[in-house]
Amino acid sequence: MSQDNRLILLEDISKDFDRHTVLSDINLYIKKNEFLTLLGPSGCGKTTMLRIIGGFEFPTTGRVLFDGKDITDEPPYKRRVNTVFQKYALFPHLNVFENIAFGLKIAKLPKAEITSRVGKMLELVNLLGYEKRSVDSLSGGQQQRIAIARALVNEPEVLLLDEPLAALDYKLRKGMQLELKRMQQVLGITFIFVTHDQEEALTMSDTIVVMKDGFMRQIGTPKHIYDEPKDAFVANFIGESNIIRGIMPKDEVVHFCGLNFECVDSGFEKDEPVNVLIRPEDIVITDAEDVPLKGVVRSVIFKGVHYEMVIDAGNYLWKVHSTVMVPENSKVGLSVVPFNIHVMKLTDDELTGDEQ
Amino acid sequence: MSAMSMPAWGIWLMALGLGIFIVMIILSLKKHRGVHRSLFAWPYSLWMIVFTVVPLFLIAYYAFTDKAGSFTLDNFKNFWDSNYEMKKQLIDMGFDVSGMELSDRGTVNVDTLVYSLWMAFKCTVICLAIGYPAALFMSDRNFKLGPTLIVLFIIPMWMNFLLRTIAWMTLLEDNGIINTLLESLGFGKLKLMYNSNAVLLGMVYNYLPFMVFPVYNSISKQDIKLSEAAMDLGADEIKTFTRVTFPLSIPGIVSGITMVFMPSVTTFFIPRVLGGGNTEMFGDLIERTFLTADNWNVGSALSLIMMVLILFSISLLRRVDPQGEGGSLL
Amino acid sequence: MTKVFKRFYLMLILLFLYLPIAVLIFQSFNAGVSRAKWEGFSLRWYVELFRDPAIKKALWVTVSIAALASFFATILGTLAAIGINAMKKGSQGTMMTITSIPMTMPDIVTGISLMLLFIFTKVDRGYFTMLLAHITFNTPYVLLSVLPKLREMSRYTYEAALDLGATPGYALRHVLIPAVRPGIITGALLSFTLSLDDFTVSYFTTSPLVQNLSTLIYSEARKGIKPTMNALSALMFVTLLVLLLAINYRSIKTNSNK
Repeated sequence: MSQDNRLILLEDISKDFDRHTVLSDINLYIKKNEFLTLLGPSGCGKTTMLRIIGGFEFPTTGRVLFDGKDITDEPPYKRRVNTVFQKYALFPHLNVFENIAFGLKIAKLPKAEITSRVGKMLELVNLLGYEKRSVDSLSGGQQQRIAIARALVNEPEVLLLDEPLAALDYKLRKGMQLELKRMQQVLGITFIFVTHDQEEALTMSDTIVVMKDGFMRQIGTPKHIYDEPKDAFVANFIGESNIIRGIMPKDEVVHFCGLNFECVDSGFEKDEPVNVLIRPEDIVITDAEDVPLKGVVRSVIFKGVHYEMVIDAGNYLWKVHSTVMVPENSKVGLSVVPFNIHVMKLTDDELTGDEQ
Repeated sequence: MSAMSMPAWGIWLMALGLGIFIVMIILSLKKHRGVHRSLFAWPYSLWMIVFTVVPLFLIAYYAFTDKAGSFTLDNFKNFWDSNYEMKKQLIDMGFDVSGMELSDRGTVNVDTLVYSLWMAFKCTVICLAIGYPAALFMSDRNFKLGPTLIVLFIIPMWMNFLLRTIAWMTLLEDNGIINTLLESLGFGKLKLMYNSNAVLLGMVYNYLPFMVFPVYNSISKQDIKLSEAAMDLGADEIKTFTRVTFPLSIPGIVSGITMVFMPSVTTFFIPRVLGGGNTEMFGDLIERTFLTADNWNVGSALSLIMMVLILFSISLLRRVDPQGEGGSLL
Repeated sequence: MTKVFKRFYLMLILLFLYLPIAVLIFQSFNAGVSRAKWEGFSLRWYVELFRDPAIKKALWVTVSIAALASFFATILGTLAAIGINAMKKGSQGTMMTITSIPMTMPDIVTGISLMLLFIFTKVDRGYFTMLLAHITFNTPYVLLSVLPKLREMSRYTYEAALDLGATPGYALRHVLIPAVRPGIITGALLSFTLSLDDFTVSYFTTSPLVQNLSTLIYSEARKGIKPTMNALSALMFVTLLVLLLAINYRSIKTNSNK
């Protein structure tokens, strides 16, 4: 990868608030035109990371580089990034036009240019004709669009979005996800997006950074993170999963539920304890006689596209998604193709937990 | 101009302080890269320390020192025995005071405090008795005029209490309106002023709105569904009131009591205008000790005693209403 | 029946509250000196009121102190509200406790403690000390009118301005202050009203040479009330009433805008 493609570089960033560490050991680069999502539960440090890039917080250690230039100590108003804030933070005393024109007026652009650029932005967010409206009179979705327009009109090289869709209802959120992705592609700028919603992250991102307790747990494309989660936390956070402890007797064989299974993973020590991840949609229900892993259906819930079943097999309650309904209490067999059995190394926490 | 009595060094000191502020703010803005707004509260913090916190400590300082500035408890002894200072001077001059008959029994200060507390208590009870039903009636949701009436209740409270008290003089005087009216109807004149009942009337008049408003607030913000639920569960109007509405209005009552009792204890001026010579209250005593007797030390001791009493009663009341839910007057 | 009783009861209390004030205003138009006898309508006392040099001076002191005190209190209180709103929960609590001291202490304690401060620092009491005292008791009220307006605003509004290129000064002048302007104006009006109305604190922090209307009324009342005082009271009452209606109208208007 060429160095030139890296727009933002975070080097050894850590951040303490009142001796409480919220970010540690952050090393990350963000490419031009990338849609990068910081994903994690609340309190994982994702918003703090965004605020450090925006210039609203300053790291305790480490540097922020923008286009090769150190901007660690630059205040927000000197950075070429703009932010779409949580709950939008529109200026309540200004109307729609004045809100969008705010940054352009500070930049002292000529009036005609301000008018035309605001007009273009309103067109982009489908709110032409709303110039004179007060922001209080707009719906949540409309306020959202104004907040995006207000940031984008300044033609930033990077747009930061701090859970911008969290306050919208389900349908609107779905629509805005696609629209944001479209805007990012049309404008060709970098988006850094913070969310706790894994589905949102999977839908929109080029790259996902999964965070927990101030650390980056995994970075990769949505497909990579879904298919090859690094540990149980990532697996659980992204998508639904069955995670069970097992050991690796040898390469490409994993032992769990008292049985050996073929898999595609290798490179473990002999009998190394591991976590085994099997996605609910990867489990195939068969007749009880056909396979070694047998169980009983405990519950069946209709979910629209599929049935969600809980099957008690090998001392584990398996979550299984299937388009075919099997009645409760029936005896079934469970099978998984080797490719869909994903073996994960235990994290340090899990290892020490095992010893105790 | 005599009005501008600030000495030169005082002005310089203030200017210096202001300068230090501005420099500190600029420095901090630089340090925090212009992001931290909490700095805007600095001037206020310093102002409040100089003009609120320090002065309160000064009261304590004066209360525990004598005129020369050394530590003493005499100011408090003087509270218990108002002849203490005089006796001390007599002893210093070589008199034997043990058998001496003093015209004053020496309990003036304590008596005044007890009298003030008693008056404040009566005033609070009367305000509650009159004010609670008024607040209750006004907060009735079916009573469209309620919100307008509560504003009418509050307005007089904003009028200068001197004027309010003087207004009563016009009514109660020997040649005042009430007596003139009584006379023209053929009744004799009544002695309405210069007794403790007139003082009590003045106090109730002044402090009644302080009771009505918080009670009104606490009742009117109750969810109507609560009383509907009570009725739905079989409570009649009286039971709904005693079991639901009243218990929920207790925070309002507590705030009302605080807001009436506190200024009542410290009442001054009203007794002087409406009461006679022997109705002095603790507020008057403090004011007289400071400004007429010019004794800041004893005055401070009296103020301190009053503050402790007030803080004690507030903390007692806060237990009943920890959130201070009755609301303020704003 | 109960409805009639309730209304009658409320009428009675309102009568109790307004009768003295009504009488006072009525008396101010009485041509005669006697307080009990009506001797015909006249504006005589109002004319005399404005001829009295002591009253004119006191009026000037009152109005100028109220204007200056509310001006400074508004600046101090607004900045403080912005600062406190950005603080962490713990520091906010401390600041609110300090703020509540002058509001819960009885006026007489506020007055006396400030008087002791001036005695202790050997500052002669007069116009200047009265002004300081008025700023002191006004500022918390401004703070408490502005703070709720800030609280209902997004906590990111200030940062949004910086994000869009505004310097902190520009953000303060063009975003924060305009956005909380209704609260600032209410606070300013409120402190102006409190200042006009104050007696107790002024009484302890000024000298007999510098009187405002309240302390003047006080010293006059000791000598017995002149009819000009009725006129003065009536005028002050009407002024306060107008100011209060303005404040209330503002708060009703801003509340109904949502």
